[in-house]
Amino acid sequence: MYPDVVVVGAGVIGAACAHALTAAGCAVTVVDRGAPASGTTAAGEGNVLVSDKAPGPELDLAMLSRRLWPALADELGDIEWEAKGGLVVATTEAAAQPLLDFMRDQRAVGVDAREVPAGLVHELEPHLTRAVTAAVHYPQDAQLQPVLAATALLAEVTRRGGVIRPHTPVSTVDTGRDGRVRGVRVADGVIPCGAVINACGPWAGDFARAAGVPIAILPRRGIVLVTAALPLVVRHKVYDADYVGAVVSDDAALQTSSVVESTAAGPVLIGSSRQRVGFAERVDAHVLRALARKAVGLFPVLATVPVMRAYGGFRPYAPDHVPVIGPDPRLPGMWHATGHEGAGIGLAAATGRLIADLVTGAAPVIDLAPFRVDRPAVLEAA
Amino acid sequence: MVVGAGPAGLAAARAAAEAGARVRLIDSAPSAGGQFFRGRPDVPPVHPKVEHLADSAVWHLESVHNGHTVRVRTGPADAPVRRGVTLHADALILATGAYDRALPFPGWDLPGVVTAGGAQAMAKGHGVAVGRRVIIAGTGPFLLPVATSLAGTGATVVEVLEANGPAGWLRAPRALLAGAGRLGELAGYAKALAAQRIPYRTRRTVIAAHGTGRVEAVTTAALDNGWRIRPGTERRIAVDAVCVGYGFTPQLELAVAAGCRLRDGFVEVDAAQATSTPGVFAAGELTGIGGAKLAAAEGTVAGTAAAASVEVPRAALRAVRQGRIFADGLAAAHPIQDGWRTWLTDDTLVCRCEEVTLAGLCDALDRHRALGVRTLKLTSRVGLGPCQGRVCGRNAAELAAGHTGGHYDPADTARRPIAAPVRLGELAEEETVEEMNGQA
Repeated sequence: MYPDVVVVGAGVIGAACAHALTAAGCAVTVVDRGAPASGTTAAGEGNVLVSDKAPGPELDLAMLSRRLWPALADELGDIEWEAKGGLVVATTEAAAQPLLDFMRDQRAVGVDAREVPAGLVHELEPHLTRAVTAAVHYPQDAQLQPVLAATALLAEVTRRGGVIRPHTPVSTVDTGRDGRVRGVRVADGVIPCGAVINACGPWAGDFARAAGVPIAILPRRGIVLVTAALPLVVRHKVYDADYVGAVVSDDAALQTSSVVESTAAGPVLIGSSRQRVGFAERVDAHVLRALARKAVGLFPVLATVPVMRAYGGFRPYAPDHVPVIGPDPRLPGMWHATGHEGAGIGLAAATGRLIADLVTGAAPVIDLAPFRVDRPAVLEAA
Repeated sequence: MVVGAGPAGLAAARAAAEAGARVRLIDSAPSAGGQFFRGRPDVPPVHPKVEHLADSAVWHLESVHNGHTVRVRTGPADAPVRRGVTLHADALILATGAYDRALPFPGWDLPGVVTAGGAQAMAKGHGVAVGRRVIIAGTGPFLLPVATSLAGTGATVVEVLEANGPAGWLRAPRALLAGAGRLGELAGYAKALAAQRIPYRTRRTVIAAHGTGRVEAVTTAALDNGWRIRPGTERRIAVDAVCVGYGFTPQLELAVAAGCRLRDGFVEVDAAQATSTPGVFAAGELTGIGGAKLAAAEGTVAGTAAAASVEVPRAALRAVRQGRIFADGLAAAHPIQDGWRTWLTDDTLVCRCEEVTLAGLCDALDRHRALGVRTLKLTSRVGLGPCQGRVCGRNAAELAAGHTGGHYDPADTARRPIAAPVRLGELAEEETVEEMNGQA
């Protein structure tokens, strides 16, 4: 049990950790070098998905998170939580069978996934392209507004007596003679603590290095397009079937796969690209084109709709594409919670809970071995 | 390549062409001249060697290793088909100008409340008055020509209200001297107002508009030096239109996309009008509000410098120096004072597109601790609508800073990677690339 915890990073992962830790009775300070929820969290689409994950540790994490989010949404108030369900469609003959196989594997581990017969697809999505070769409905897929969620979590932390310190960069971690964490160093001194949670998202590798315990976390650029507000054109979260392929790929080149959905406020979101360009901020025209092409392919009716804006962010990933959640064996009192790539919003609820379990010594509800810090992909590549 | 065909862009295109460069001039209007020359017979012709792309919106700008790539859609915004083209240039001159700033006050969203620039465009471009009984309020010399234009269309201008005091000019004698020509022009407008018996009052403004379905009356009030309302000075006046103009906001998105460094909300340039981004120049209101004459001088400097083959004419450099002194004096005499924030009530709209009220904005700040511009937008929805913060971004940033004491950079509201609306189907098209290698 560590009475005083500093969470570094006030994005949705840090906010969820702080929320769970304060619920467990810890005294928590959350620090961020900038404004809370203004980095990766502000560039997310708000996906809470089970549909895109193959059976394995990340799906276990996603299923746990999916169970936790509705109660959090109830507690936090309006975070635009919408359990609207997802629809994954294949539009080529070649993509049909892999999608159905993927679905069967997911069903075997308890995912609610239902094949939609050809005749019924357009009842679910009237404006969908006619060129559908297979479709699977995932009623558990949901959506929330990430910035509202993160800021509401932090507001609850404050209400419980936690402290949020924005615009407070942390330079390093202070250790005692026993080699344990005893504080974090900020511009005006040291914030004493017994535990530090590294929730710096794509910058988690930098913070870990500054603390003397490097881990391999890399940024991947993602761009989302936003259209003008429309009447409800898209009812579910709709993906093309190669989304599944893009998430687990190692390819450095640009990948896009359409995720098209309407938001509560009216605009349609079109995501998302995955591109390894370091921390380059630019929004390349060829990325926008690739996104637009896939969206128009799924919903031809969107071709005449004006695009109002595009936003981009950086998603954190480990070389093996599995999140990093757990204690750092090299530095007692240091914990990492990062590497969620494009799924951090959805996985935040479970990550917060698990970090709180670990820090307070409670038994985690799922096996955390696959997410451990001391795995070759995370340590050797760092 | 020159973006914007107002006074600065026209002069830049001409200077670059005369220096021997191959020049394209891109502008969103059907004919050249910009806001300043709209409807005027004295609009300078486009230089015969300049290729003018009218009705063309630049929606994306990318700096590449050997120059700049801009993506353009040509055709009226509502046309069923607009032509798309991708152009490459070695040097880029941004002359995208500014639009006038409106400050929010109760009732500013009523039909009949327009910006001074909007009223001017309707009067000059179409000979149409925004109303029969019009009141003009704001700050700066631009209110004067708007008043004479409106009077020229047959409207009754009830009064012209300048929120600042008349003493501002006395503090900037150098500016008075440098701007002798401009002063004569302004004196001419003032004379015209007097001749038509249009009252011009200082330290007073419109603090509320009233009406059901349309503006029917306004409340005006006297202001102290910080623009707080002097209690007991409120007056109700029947009008059917209100024109407001509180200075100008530069059209920054392309400069921001090019990575140009900003200073005090404007693009920073050196004596050759070069920005901090190699190969990108800026001229006109983007670099500071100084009027058409200064804009044209800056354009001449930028065009010559961008063509890089002949020396920049000294007369133009001198005109820029003089013009800047005058512009600085102008800015000093017509500041926007923080007191405008006290004119709003809880239910006053800050963002009209997304219907965000002052109370909604403050709720996002208090409840969600929205401490940055991006967080503020996503928790309150301010600036997320069709105007993308062009109207409300700066006002919202200042209101937020006043409410929390934090720092909200208004330039963050100008970060628009898609600089003009483009249809999804247009984005999806294969692109036609045209090279302009070896030329500006």
